[in-house]
Amino acid sequence: MKISRGDVEHVANLARLELSQEEMEALTRQLNDILTHMEKLGELDTEDVPPTYHVLDMVNLFRPDKVGKCLQQEEALANAPDQDQGCIRVPRVLEGS
Amino acid sequence: MTTEYEVVIGLEVHVELNTDSKMFCSCPTTFGAEPNTHVCPICLGMPGVLPVINRKAVEYTIRAALALNCQVAKYSKFDRKNYFYPDLPKNYQISQYDLPLATGGYVEISVDGKKRKIGIRRVHLEEDAGKLLHEGTGPKTSLVDFNRTGVPLIEIVSEPDLRSPEEARLYLNKLRTILHYTGVSDVKMEEGSLRCDANVSIRPLGSEVFGTLTEVKNMNSFRAVERALAYEVERQKEILERGEKVERETRGWDENRRITVSMRGKEEAHDYRYFPEPDLVPLEISRDWVEEIQERLPDMPDERQARLVRELGLPEYDAEVLTSSKDLADFYDACVKHYPEAKTVSNWVMGEVLGYLNEKGLEITDLPFRPEDLAGLLRLIDKGTISGKIAKQVFQEMCKSGKAPETIVEEKGLKQITDESEIAAIVEKVMEDNPKVVEDFRGGKEKALGFLVGQVMKATRGKANPQLVNRLFRERL
Ligand SMILES: [Zn+2]
Repeated sequence: MKISRGDVEHVANLARLELSQEEMEALTRQLNDILTHMEKLGELDTEDVPPTYHVLDMVNLFRPDKVGKCLQQEEALANAPDQDQGCIRVPRVLEGS
Repeated sequence: MTTEYEVVIGLEVHVELNTDSKMFCSCPTTFGAEPNTHVCPICLGMPGVLPVINRKAVEYTIRAALALNCQVAKYSKFDRKNYFYPDLPKNYQISQYDLPLATGGYVEISVDGKKRKIGIRRVHLEEDAGKLLHEGTGPKTSLVDFNRTGVPLIEIVSEPDLRSPEEARLYLNKLRTILHYTGVSDVKMEEGSLRCDANVSIRPLGSEVFGTLTEVKNMNSFRAVERALAYEVERQKEILERGEKVERETRGWDENRRITVSMRGKEEAHDYRYFPEPDLVPLEISRDWVEEIQERLPDMPDERQARLVRELGLPEYDAEVLTSSKDLADFYDACVKHYPEAKTVSNWVMGEVLGYLNEKGLEITDLPFRPEDLAGLLRLIDKGTISGKIAKQVFQEMCKSGKAPETIVEEKGLKQITDESEIAAIVEKVMEDNPKVVEDFRGGKEKALGFLVGQVMKATRGKANPQLVNRLFRERL
């Protein structure tokens, strides 16, 4: 097993996911299955293949520094469950002690 | 016996680039807009959108990196830094992890007259987060404005080469000056376009091993940086002196209480799970592009300072002050072009001009008159049209109205009286009115002459030519 139950718990916590015991079990199993499957790639001979950081064979896709259209404030806030003074209102995150 | 400690500080500086549009979308970057009006589906992180890299932001990063003597990478890429915070709509920040745009530079600072090179570990490009407002919305909620979200930001990480809070301030100051020269940012700490975090540790003098560091955040001014670091160094010393251990943690500077406080909790998820940003293809930076940017790089402050000393013969001190900002150096150069007495111009710029700007809290670019007007004022003194004293009065008026010095002299009737007979009449009147002082002078009291000259200057409201007044008195006494 490459991925332990503890790994899944840790990642779920970082991703703010609340998982039941059953889900935790199932995900541990599934993630290991995925990794095992991916290991198949290791069987390929990549001796003459240059390494890459990206799947697309492209570099340097740029846009010019031009200002375009924005959303209206009402549009930007349309999906916010709570708003105030043109801003999205959220529960306060405590900083410091 | 108390142990001597060595202070070890490294700074992480974030600088907002002043491109017109954001890093990955075409929203404007201008300050002061109504909240959430400079946003679009891309910077709000809506599903299905595609970011596209702003070429100018990459160019600015390279320009800043070159000014900081860094090596620009041939190959670079963007990564996702994953964390949750209300000011981060995508729940990840597009940043650079293992392949930053530039590495291995340095900044030279001058500590007690000695030059020190402070290493730059890396310069990378990322996007800014939004703004959280805590005021005016009750104690349990905060407001989020996403206008700054996605503004291009460079992070400049120094090596742990700084050995005192003062060095940290000098480094930060130099960094700001250099970046301001490059023109890639406004670098205003007060407006948040320059932000600074610090890693601080101490170790017994002579030790090769680093002590446990703390990360200090929330320092909102240059002074706060020096104060916070000084506080943190003392705090760590006291802990070690008590025989306890410094805990590795993030601490926030509380400007009101002048202390650092633990920010435990916020930082517990230090596991950012970086991975390559799949929506952006990598960067291949051609050497031609780097060279082109290098060629257009203006002279940096150190070079300009050296040039003022070498070519104009200015003292080191003058040269350093005059090159402390590019705008000031440009202003000085323009003045000298119109009035080639380098030291005289320097005295006026460092004295009157900077004095006025400091008093009013203004920038050199706020002056309502042109460099040629200051040159014109100095020529008026040379020609004897006005005295140096009156010139200061005219200068104040130039600052107020922006009018040319010649116009002010004309309008206010400040022209020096050079007509000998006119002044002679006043000299004689003053002698008549002050027989006692005249006697004193004749009795050998040199100081008495100063009083008499002063009386003439008073009577003419400073417009009499002082040399002439002196001569006329001496002839009569
Ligand atoms: Zn946008």
